[in-house]
Amino acid sequence: MFSYIVRRILYAVPIVVGVNCLTAALFFYVNTPDDMARKILGEKNVTPAAIENWKAGHGYNLPAFVNAKESGLGTLTQTVFFQKSAPLLWLDFGRSDRNNIDIGGEIKTRMWPSLAISVPIFIAGLASELFVAMMLARWRGTLLDLWGLVASVVMMSVSALFYIIGGQYVLGKYLMLFPISGYDAGVHSIKFLVLPVVIGVISGVGSGVRFYRTVFLEEMGKDYIRTARAKGLGEGRVLFKHGLKNAMIPVLTNVVVSIPFLFYGSLIMETFFSVPGLGNFTIDAIQSQDFAIVRSMVYLGSILYIVGLILTDISYTLVDPRVRLE
Amino acid sequence: MSTPIVEIRDLKTYFRTPGGVAKAVDGVSFGIDAGSTFALVGESGCGKSVTALSIIQLIQGPAGYAAGGEVFVNGRGIMRLTEREKREMRGAVISMIFQEPMTSLNPVFTVGEQVAEGIRLHQKKTAVEARAIAMEMFGRVRLPDPASLYGEYPHRLSGGMRQRVMIAMALACKPGLLIADEPTTALDVTIQDEIIRLLNELKASTGAAILLITHNMALVYRNAERVGVMYAGKIVETARAGAVFSQPMHPYTVKLLRSIPGPEKRGLMLDTIAGSVPPATDYPAGCRFSGRCPREMEGCASMEPPLAERGTDHLVACHLHDPAFMASDRSGPLRPETDGLAPIQAARTERRTLLEVKGLKTWYPIRKGIFRRTAGHIKAVDGIDLTIKKGATLALVGESGCGKTTAGKTIIRLLRPTAGEILFDGGGVRDIAAMNEAGLRPLRSRMQMIFQDPYSSLNPRLTIRETVEEGLAVLRPGMGAAERLRKVTDTLERVGLGVETLSRYPHEFSGGQRQRIGIARALAVDPEFIVCDEAVSALDVSVQAQILNLLKAIQQETGIAYLFITHDLGVVEYIADDVAVMHGGRIVEAGTCEAIFSNPKDEYTRRLLAAVPRIDGRRLPARRLP
Amino acid sequence: MPVILATDLIVYALALSAAWFAVKTRRDGNVRAAWLELRRRRLAMISLALIALYAAVALADSIRYRDAAQGGGYSAEALSLLDRAASGLRTRAEKTYSAPFSGRLFSKESVELPDGRVVRDYPALKYPGAHWLGTDKVGGDILFASLKGVRTGIVIGAGATIVVIPFAIFFGVVAGYFGGVIDDVVQYVYTTLASIPGVLLIVAFMLLFGGRGYQGGLISEKDVALAFFVPNDRLFWLCVILGITSWTDLCRLIRAETLKLRELEYVQSARTFGAGGLRIIYRHIVPNLMHLVLITFVIQFSGLVLAESVLSYIGIGVGPEMGSWGNMINTARLELSREPVVWWNLLAAFIFMFGLVLPANIFGDAVRDALDPRLRGR
Repeated sequence: MFSYIVRRILYAVPIVVGVNCLTAALFFYVNTPDDMARKILGEKNVTPAAIENWKAGHGYNLPAFVNAKESGLGTLTQTVFFQKSAPLLWLDFGRSDRNNIDIGGEIKTRMWPSLAISVPIFIAGLASELFVAMMLARWRGTLLDLWGLVASVVMMSVSALFYIIGGQYVLGKYLMLFPISGYDAGVHSIKFLVLPVVIGVISGVGSGVRFYRTVFLEEMGKDYIRTARAKGLGEGRVLFKHGLKNAMIPVLTNVVVSIPFLFYGSLIMETFFSVPGLGNFTIDAIQSQDFAIVRSMVYLGSILYIVGLILTDISYTLVDPRVRLE
Repeated sequence: MSTPIVEIRDLKTYFRTPGGVAKAVDGVSFGIDAGSTFALVGESGCGKSVTALSIIQLIQGPAGYAAGGEVFVNGRGIMRLTEREKREMRGAVISMIFQEPMTSLNPVFTVGEQVAEGIRLHQKKTAVEARAIAMEMFGRVRLPDPASLYGEYPHRLSGGMRQRVMIAMALACKPGLLIADEPTTALDVTIQDEIIRLLNELKASTGAAILLITHNMALVYRNAERVGVMYAGKIVETARAGAVFSQPMHPYTVKLLRSIPGPEKRGLMLDTIAGSVPPATDYPAGCRFSGRCPREMEGCASMEPPLAERGTDHLVACHLHDPAFMASDRSGPLRPETDGLAPIQAARTERRTLLEVKGLKTWYPIRKGIFRRTAGHIKAVDGIDLTIKKGATLALVGESGCGKTTAGKTIIRLLRPTAGEILFDGGGVRDIAAMNEAGLRPLRSRMQMIFQDPYSSLNPRLTIRETVEEGLAVLRPGMGAAERLRKVTDTLERVGLGVETLSRYPHEFSGGQRQRIGIARALAVDPEFIVCDEAVSALDVSVQAQILNLLKAIQQETGIAYLFITHDLGVVEYIADDVAVMHGGRIVEAGTCEAIFSNPKDEYTRRLLAAVPRIDGRRLPARRLP
Repeated sequence: MPVILATDLIVYALALSAAWFAVKTRRDGNVRAAWLELRRRRLAMISLALIALYAAVALADSIRYRDAAQGGGYSAEALSLLDRAASGLRTRAEKTYSAPFSGRLFSKESVELPDGRVVRDYPALKYPGAHWLGTDKVGGDILFASLKGVRTGIVIGAGATIVVIPFAIFFGVVAGYFGGVIDDVVQYVYTTLASIPGVLLIVAFMLLFGGRGYQGGLISEKDVALAFFVPNDRLFWLCVILGITSWTDLCRLIRAETLKLRELEYVQSARTFGAGGLRIIYRHIVPNLMHLVLITFVIQFSGLVLAESVLSYIGIGVGPEMGSWGNMINTARLELSREPVVWWNLLAAFIFMFGLVLPANIFGDAVRDALDPRLRGR
């Protein structure tokens, strides 16, 4: 197990470096610091001196990848690529391009609002999807199953935007059950969170139910399910005991990888509901073209993804005794 | 004759399919005495497994449904019970074990929990009591160390042990009827023997009736009191086991028995059955065997024969044994009777050495640790010597995992050996073991392979023509299109397939036909040596007989040598000239077929031979039909 | 004179492959069997018909040419067949909002009555009854806008997968068949790409490249770089980028399937003839994983159509001038907070999107059931 985790982390290093190189190529080569400076200082009436000044102030005044003026290791380290990318490896995100804010600190404060809406959506969503899917699988072939399936296909055919807009309009504006958007710290946040959470669960439930129903149905065709039935177990027990634990294997594959991303928030939900989380932060950075932030978020995302993959593998050992990580 | 404790009356199970209603089980009746075994035998698709599932009420709707009949266990009818009563009956009154011990146990629960679960459910015991009973059952099925085994997960157990767990689970609540659906088919011969003996012992001690479902006639021969032969959803003949084998009355039974390969048929063609089983959606109006029956009479196709007692305790559904029918004007024979078992011409006496294998090793590395260093090797093939003579058949036999398939693939150089020497042409071609693909090229047309699985051995996207001509396209690039087509049609004809198959796709063919196509593909490049890797193991016995006959005939015509890799000793005894027994990557004994079977020297060989269920050839029906 | 956008090639490729598939159905027994399986499902066939209707609109909107101008040469604008067929809708603009089927504008204006008096009233439309789904803020016909969104939806849904299919097949098969270092490299590449959050990758690319190129609207002389071909089509780049973020799944799937196929007996058999890697890949491997490609294509289609609307909403999708349901939703959001509410823009986008995505989901399920024997009969 230990050896396995060490190996997985070692495998992750080249991937992290690869992500870093790719984003660097995008942000420093295709879109040069000069372009950035021009965008930030305003496209018109920018003097070359002002650009140089901005670059020096933000640490972009070095050559992109190779510094011919330095010698030895300096040719590689005294570059924009190294100075801007290497600190990311130890999670030092630096400062933003536009307002010179501390990105790392911002991430730490903004991840809480993100978690406040993403965790309830995740838990309530997964629970309701699994529950409905199991009900459909339990009564497969009946009208309940048929209409459940029809409903989930219909629901997954509607864009998330409609759920949000519709939900805000009907529940918020028309029925005035909840505030349409906004956020507050602490206990007061609850009244703001109900609407996004309800909408988040509803918009995901269609595809979730359909997927898990297939998983359960596949499970119900297995030989050991037949054995359990031959033993005299009732259909409910067969499904909830023998089926569920086995179905957890594909479920975990689908679910665990997204757990680290809960920190990350949701771009759309947060902008619609004005939640000051990381998703909102990212959208703002995109709209203000602050590449230091975008680069940091890309990097953070890939780290979370890799963590998710490792967690997925480890989680298998919890439900499947056949899996031994060596 | 004692009263049967299990009575099945006119059982019917149908399935709704797009092609119509499939009458998988269509009026099956039989009884089983307490403490005895009733064996239901038949080829795949005859309805025997559906019969088993119907009895325990596990047919899955909405496609499948009970269309009629009744099952009595201890005098209680169970077809009209409520769902709840049926559940209480399952596992307690009737229990079942399945073919695949590997997949029949739930991988995420310990075997102990799984056995105890049924006990707690049916006997209303506490967890502690159930545990004690489960461990006692483990002891009774002779699993070692029940206490520690209780907490093991299925994947840590061998196939044989898992099947013992299944038996423990099935017998834990002392059922009146145990259904065993191909309980030994997925197991190795030696394990097979142990399991079947265990079942025999337990039925004696518990008094349970056993319904044994199998396609293996030899298994039935010694291990059942009564036998029912199924064909197309019906039982066509049922009698004491001995009587079915020595005096079979139904032409289908006779045909089936005479198509089983065995030593007594060496030098003879095996009997085969013309045509194929009718689809379950579209049975003939009269006798379901009409159209294929060698003794078919004028009235057979229109009038269905009832299953009636025609000998002492011997029921058969055939007009031949119905005096009234035979006296009527419908009894004129439809076609001249043919007698199958034609002799094969004596094999060529030329016995030059064609291929020699010396010290062949194929090892796979085992990697461990953070940096995946090679920590050891799996010695799949660990230094074997073989000699294959021109025009002869060498059988390489052994149980699963012994390395026989790896050996075959290495010899034909689909795999690269770790060490050793392969010589061809009596030493004319050397160093085959070390050759690269370019060096092997001239040899590729001389050495070919036939595979086991008739379904995965043909590319579903290629027409039969494209499949058969592939070797020619690669190995004889200079050959003109017309000449190639002629070669393909000739080869197909030789394996008994017509020109009309050329542009069709594999999914349009049956298993036996696919195997013929696979043989044609290998033959098209005129090889001198063919590796047959379990080439007939996946086929039903009557189809297997056709393929074995074909392989024999081809050997006669062309003097091809076969390396016949198989676990089926009946086939070996019938077809092989020489035998090599493989165990744990090594050859433990080699010699002529006769020497090995009559006088095995090695301990393992003896064990293997003793475990194989066999039909005494002298008791089989005479060469003429009854 | 014809004018071809880079994305038009995607639409043409789609039309050609549909035609090729129809021909193949006649010849190849396997394809015919799958088709017959599909034919049995009435719902799937209705869905296919609806999708075909959308595809036809998209095709009509992808064939465009300039008319000869009166004074010699050609007119500046290239109109598509759809523009021409629906020219009634396109040109009959009102002044501002009007509700569906309404004969009047939605907001009161000072209207001069025939007797000279000026009152505040809802003025009559110039073309009453012409706008079945109403008009937008500048009086454009909503039905026409929705129809223009069809091409964008189809192109994104199909194009993003089509542009990466060759790469996914090539890398997946090569990695799975040859293994070793090649496999390691391919796995590294797709794990790296997969680990970058898709939406951010899209954002990054669009920020860097997306400001340039053809942004939608009528094509005039200045957009045409070559004589008649517009390679720098922003929608095309959006397809490429969406493709890059989604190709890893397909590549992984193909690699895994190749690993399985490589061990199958018919591949072993080809190797006993000494068939080379390329021949085996071409004849035995690729044809046997095309069903996965097709399944992935139809399954991803609806997700991509939905993704386009979200991206356009964030402002990183197609250009603002390009007809797209995402853009319609985007404007509709503000209209919902008007008093009284302007709802028809949102409704039209909803109906048109739902009308494509629902059939696509139903048809996708049916295709998977027909082609993937593992799930058949469920």
